Amino acid sequence: MKKKILPLKDAIARFVVANSSVVLGAVLEPDVPFAATHEIIRQGIKGLNVIAPISDASTDMLIGAGCCNEVTGAWVGNVSGGLGHNYRRAFEDPDAAAVKLHDHSNFSIAMALMAGAYGMPYAPIRSILGSDITKSNPDMMMAENPFSDDREPVILVPPLVPDVAVVVVQRADVFGNNHHWGSRGVVQEAALAAENVIVLANEIVEPGVIASDPSRVLVPGYLVSAVCHVPAAAHPSPQTGCWKRDNAFFGDYHAESRSVEGFDKWLQEWILGVEDHAAYCQKLGSQLEDLRITGSNLAAPTNYAAG
Amino acid sequence: MTDYSIQELMIIASAREIKDGELVFVGMRLPITAYGVARLTHAPDAVGLFECGVARYAPATDMLYTMGDPPNQLNAAWTTGLIPVMSQLQRGRVDAGFIGGAEVDRYGNVNTSYIGDFNNPKIKLPGSGGAADIAAMSKRLLVIINHEQRRLVEKVDFVTSPGYLDGGDSRATAGLKGGPSAIITDLAILRPYGPDNEMHLASLHQGHSVEEVQEKTGWNLKVLPQMVETPPPSAEEMAALHEIDKEGFWR
Repeated sequence: MKKKILPLKDAIARFVVANSSVVLGAVLEPDVPFAATHEIIRQGIKGLNVIAPISDASTDMLIGAGCCNEVTGAWVGNVSGGLGHNYRRAFEDPDAAAVKLHDHSNFSIAMALMAGAYGMPYAPIRSILGSDITKSNPDMMMAENPFSDDREPVILVPPLVPDVAVVVVQRADVFGNNHHWGSRGVVQEAALAAENVIVLANEIVEPGVIASDPSRVLVPGYLVSAVCHVPAAAHPSPQTGCWKRDNAFFGDYHAESRSVEGFDKWLQEWILGVEDHAAYCQKLGSQLEDLRITGSNLAAPTNYAAG
Repeated sequence: MTDYSIQELMIIASAREIKDGELVFVGMRLPITAYGVARLTHAPDAVGLFECGVARYAPATDMLYTMGDPPNQLNAAWTTGLIPVMSQLQRGRVDAGFIGGAEVDRYGNVNTSYIGDFNNPKIKLPGSGGAADIAAMSKRLLVIINHEQRRLVEKVDFVTSPGYLDGGDSRATAGLKGGPSAIITDLAILRPYGPDNEMHLASLHQGHSVEEVQEKTGWNLKVLPQMVETPPPSAEEMAALHEIDKEGFWR
């Protein structure tokens, strides 16, 4: 097996190229790979199609920083503040750079990633019948179920095959094998659909730790392109068993990004003026330390003995 | 009678919409609190579902900001992917779902996407999330919204989450069952009535008048012949709410 451990900076530079499609968060509100979002912004990678069902303020940051001109998602905003100011400006302000939206519901984007993951030509769905999403997103197609007697309407969703998926896990080994627990949104489908998977691990462990519980593996190392040791990679979003959500940080971002000038100042302070994710964590200091989960609610041991 | 805030009344009115043993998409904030009250009162076996891939037999004991927060993972009935949980909608198993929105119209359609033309919007709202799926596929849709003329409109600019579409049988023609069963506001509860499935004033909260509600509604709101006054919270309901809302967030 090949070691795939890389510094985050190198993994982003190598796999996230301009004008590519990147899944940045597919667990919905937790495990958003903000460390990767920030590194993409620092490296000034442009023209991205950001794929994320709901990635809290991550997509808003990428739009404001000029990294992304397409969004494929179901919800873009800031859960603590409501609306995403950069996202709004991209649609409402004639002076702002426009963003093309591939509009979805949570279920339709999930099925698009599932179709991508499983090599399906498309996914037929009933969910979102009657919604104007089928009008604002011309990628989808109305059809009739050929197996029904009464010409039942269905919607055909084309597969999504992202160039890269960045995923946040609790632990991984140097070969990219990893464990993820807690709800996982559509991140497994996103990883299986993507051409390259970058794993951001809160902790790097001995391979035996991962091998001891193969049912908890999100995606095996043979499908992983790079694994990076990035504690608190999801900050300010939460990570089960590791980090609580930093509500104040989201609130501050919402307040400060209200104007373009305010956003630029925030960007300078928290991303461009910070060397890397380790420096970002250091800058957060006790604010981050207070979010560390220190309690213990362990699952029962699981026996895989063969005899 | 115990004093209660209008938000507490909305929570309790929402809790009454949940029946025992039902599968319910409970969302965040007000509806998740309503789910907690329902469980502690008349619906001990109601199951709460969350789009991120969580099912619960009881609400989390600690405060949640998002459905994926660590307290919602702890002691869950199931933490899994989005597809296993949300597919239960399409499978026809989900009894009810709560959503909010920027606008709702006379047929219960909800907009959380665009104000104005979607090609050139005046305001870009965050989008569907799972709301369109919940509205299309649950047996009963429950909409929570503040009662203002700009929010309860004749026709939404964009149907993110389908209600009865253009009324009558248009929802069925689109291939959908179910539909909105209540719009719960800070003034009243609206319900569909008649073959047109138009939302009517069904229940009026204490201290408000029919005229006030009509005035704050953006269409010519008709009144159900059997309109009632929303029953005030019972002592048992308030006790359940206080057990969940220990900090008095909703008081």
